[in-house]
Amino acid sequence: MTTTTAVAPSRKAAAAAVPTTQLLTFELADHLYGIEVDQVQEVLRSQKVTRVPLHTDAIAGLINLRGEVVTAIDLRARLSLPARPEGQDAVNIVVRLRGESISLLVDSIADVLEVDDRSFEPVPDTLDGDVRELLRGAYKTQGRLLLALDVDRAVTG
Amino acid sequence: MDGMDDIISEFLVESYENLDQLDRDLVALEQAPGSRELLASVFRTIHTIKGTSGFLALSKLESVAHVGENLLAKLRDGVMAMDPVTADALLAMVDTIRALLGNLERDGAEGDLDVDPTVAQIKAVLDGTAKAAAAPAAPEPAAEPVVEAPVAVAAPAPAPAKRRRAAKPAAAKAAAPAAVEPVETAHDEVAADHAEDAHEPAPAAAPAAAAAPAVPAPRGGADPDTHRRSAADSSIRVDVDVLDDLMRLTGELVLARNQILQQVGSLTDDLDLTRAAQRLNLIAGELQEGVMKTRMQPIDALWAKLPRVVRDLGATCGRQVRLDMVGRETELDRTLLEAVKDPLTHLVRNAVDHGIEAPADRVAAGKPREGVLRLAARHESGQVVVEVSDDGKGIDPAVIGASAVRKGVVTQAALDRMSPTDVLQLIFAPGFSTAAAVTNVSGRGVGMDVVKTNVEAIGGTIEVESVTGKGTTCRLRIPLTLAIMPALTVTCGGERYAVPQVNLQELVALDVDADPGLVEDVGGAPVYRLRGELLPLVHLSEVMGVRSEAAAGRLTVAVLASEGRRFGLVVDRVLNTEEIVVKALGNQLKSVGLFSGATILGDGAVALILDVQALARRALRSLAAERLDLSGSGQRDGDTTGTGERLLVAGIGGSGEVKRQIAIPLDMVTRLERVPASTVEVVGSREVVQYRGEILPIIRLDRYLGAYADATRTDLEVVVYADQRQGGRSVAIVVEEIVDVVDASTVVHSDIDDHGLLGSAVIGDRVTEMLDVRAAILSADPSFFSHIEADLAADPYASTLTEV
Repeated sequence: MTTTTAVAPSRKAAAAAVPTTQLLTFELADHLYGIEVDQVQEVLRSQKVTRVPLHTDAIAGLINLRGEVVTAIDLRARLSLPARPEGQDAVNIVVRLRGESISLLVDSIADVLEVDDRSFEPVPDTLDGDVRELLRGAYKTQGRLLLALDVDRAVTG
Repeated sequence: MDGMDDIISEFLVESYENLDQLDRDLVALEQAPGSRELLASVFRTIHTIKGTSGFLALSKLESVAHVGENLLAKLRDGVMAMDPVTADALLAMVDTIRALLGNLERDGAEGDLDVDPTVAQIKAVLDGTAKAAAAPAAPEPAAEPVVEAPVAVAAPAPAPAKRRRAAKPAAAKAAAPAAVEPVETAHDEVAADHAEDAHEPAPAAAPAAAAAPAVPAPRGGADPDTHRRSAADSSIRVDVDVLDDLMRLTGELVLARNQILQQVGSLTDDLDLTRAAQRLNLIAGELQEGVMKTRMQPIDALWAKLPRVVRDLGATCGRQVRLDMVGRETELDRTLLEAVKDPLTHLVRNAVDHGIEAPADRVAAGKPREGVLRLAARHESGQVVVEVSDDGKGIDPAVIGASAVRKGVVTQAALDRMSPTDVLQLIFAPGFSTAAAVTNVSGRGVGMDVVKTNVEAIGGTIEVESVTGKGTTCRLRIPLTLAIMPALTVTCGGERYAVPQVNLQELVALDVDADPGLVEDVGGAPVYRLRGELLPLVHLSEVMGVRSEAAAGRLTVAVLASEGRRFGLVVDRVLNTEEIVVKALGNQLKSVGLFSGATILGDGAVALILDVQALARRALRSLAAERLDLSGSGQRDGDTTGTGERLLVAGIGGSGEVKRQIAIPLDMVTRLERVPASTVEVVGSREVVQYRGEILPIIRLDRYLGAYADATRTDLEVVVYADQRQGGRSVAIVVEEIVDVVDASTVVHSDIDDHGLLGSAVIGDRVTEMLDVRAAILSADPSFFSHIEADLAADPYASTLTEV
């Protein structure tokens, strides 16, 4: 349900004259991922994270975002990727969903890309079942595949 | 009289606001004479003033507003059209009303202002006679108020005095012939009477009247002491959301202050910076207090509805009730006020319905016919205490107890151990209602348990006191505010957690290294004897699934109470107490259920706030803990065997049906251990075992009691008895197996006696023998006790084992 509504704008955009989408791209275990720019509230460098016991690994903990307590989700754990190597600091991408701020921990931030919607394809079949759920699809950019993250699903679950 | 003053000042504030609006509307009306909307608004305002002034017996105000309303009604209904003369009359009316309100505010009375000219002017307009007469005279003075009005509107707060002063010369100039002192005391008396038939002199008065209102108006406003703020200026209406926002921001500021203070304290020697930080500290503190005050409302806001409730209920139930209220001005946060509304109303209803007797019964009991229901509120150590007391028949603990047992709220055994006060608190237990008959008033399912739940939901407590025949008092304790709360910060596994101070009873540090017997293990659950009561211990690290970083051999225990249960939360370290601002957790984390929220600590780090209720439920869910909880609440009176309340049941000798069951008072048991049989050593004629750096003498119960021993076992089940009074010296009692922990009060004792036993009983359909522990130890080595006879005389269970 929510996914279709989230995707709808870009489809609409595809029908328009300039079928492009702006994505904030980031690295996760040597893969390039992207989320739509208008979902992003801000990007922060590594923050002190307060761990929350009794919870899945995907929830890295809580961070203090200017007095607001924000849940941080480790996208590596969420996407069943190996844990971030010791000593490598995560970067927070703070997204705003239904009035709530949520931080996504990624390895590093890449560029904001304007991608051609015609290069969009659904999730490749080769991907693992669980991970497929969390991706909207992929954009075929020069030389590299850009995986579009379904933010909504990535933060719930 | 206080109440009257309140009403009048509220009326003043409201009316001033309305008048400012009226000025604007009237001027706008001249621009758009046909506007129904504006007319309706003006009409409403005047109507309200008329209504309220009639109610408050302000006859002059009423008479002016009354004719004004008549005029406005005609305008509104389209019978008359708005023209400058009408506008003048209406503005004159507004000025007169304002002047009257000024008098009212200053002197508390309408004063000697003459309203007749204004009334006459309006009547003239109404009769249509004013037009010709007033038209030539009107324009000049009329222009003044019209021009002035917007000034008053634009800056109502500081302007009134200035405006009125400005108006005075203008009016005096314009209305020179009419500006004689319109004061005639005698005339004044009958002003109101005149009002109705004043239209006769109207034509004559019209020219004067047109100008006159300008005079009374300044008279009302120019004289008053200008440093005194008028009612309208001293209070404003503010959207509650704005206050909530302010409150939130202040909370943030307090947090930021905490962070700065901490940094300054640890990082710098800069005197100026330290000073600035101190000032920030003070200011933030005062700001917090100030903002909190803005959200405070007197409890009277809640109580105001209760006299009616009591009256109606009294009539329905056939009671005569007088309602006394003490401490109406006691203030508390409006959200809390809202939250206690239902519980309080319920308590009041209960008191009238169940507490106070019918008049005839009261007389029979030698009391006055009229019952007294007393509401009292006061501040007490950072809390608001609200009491609802009646002088009715009171609550009989015996009746409550019997009813509670009948309804299965509590067992008879548990009831027997409860003090009368504790029995009374059973009325708050779920599924309990004392109403013999379900009445219209109470007993509809919204019981006292709901009251308790609601009060506890806002961090409050409730208790009841009662003297049979004399009356009942319900006492609510409510925190002052919810947004900021004091909490204890503790660490566990490297993370910090906040524990709401309201749940905290005390902190205990246990040196387990020095005294291993401090923490005892019963049925796998660790317990600590806190002043004789068993306190189940919950290791936070275990609940959280993290590794404890506490120094080995030391336990830091926070004694917490929740829902009537006490337990000790073992944490790594206690940091300090601080005021925290509660933040909601994200949706992803709500499922954990152990945290009631999060907060930001002084150093900017996020800490989770422990939900003590949930923690208690979760950690104490195990059967052993349930039992301990039972024993903890009923550990006082002895029973027939004198062995204490809880019994550890152990099996000895052989297996299956031939096994004998032995009961050992749980009081004496500190730990249950399993030791390898190979570790048993022989010292002299005695068997001993090394255990946690101690040497324990062994009593093989099967041999001692002449049972058939199973010699092939490789592990021995050992019941460790440690006597803390003797420095924690212990003895190990070897049994075949641990069977159960049971409540002694359910045990039936018989008189069968035997060597080393106190008696026997049936536990779990098996005959179980009561072990005489002292005798058993004595039998193991009588010489142990030879030199401490005095101790033993004082306490038959004291076993002191020296020189092992």
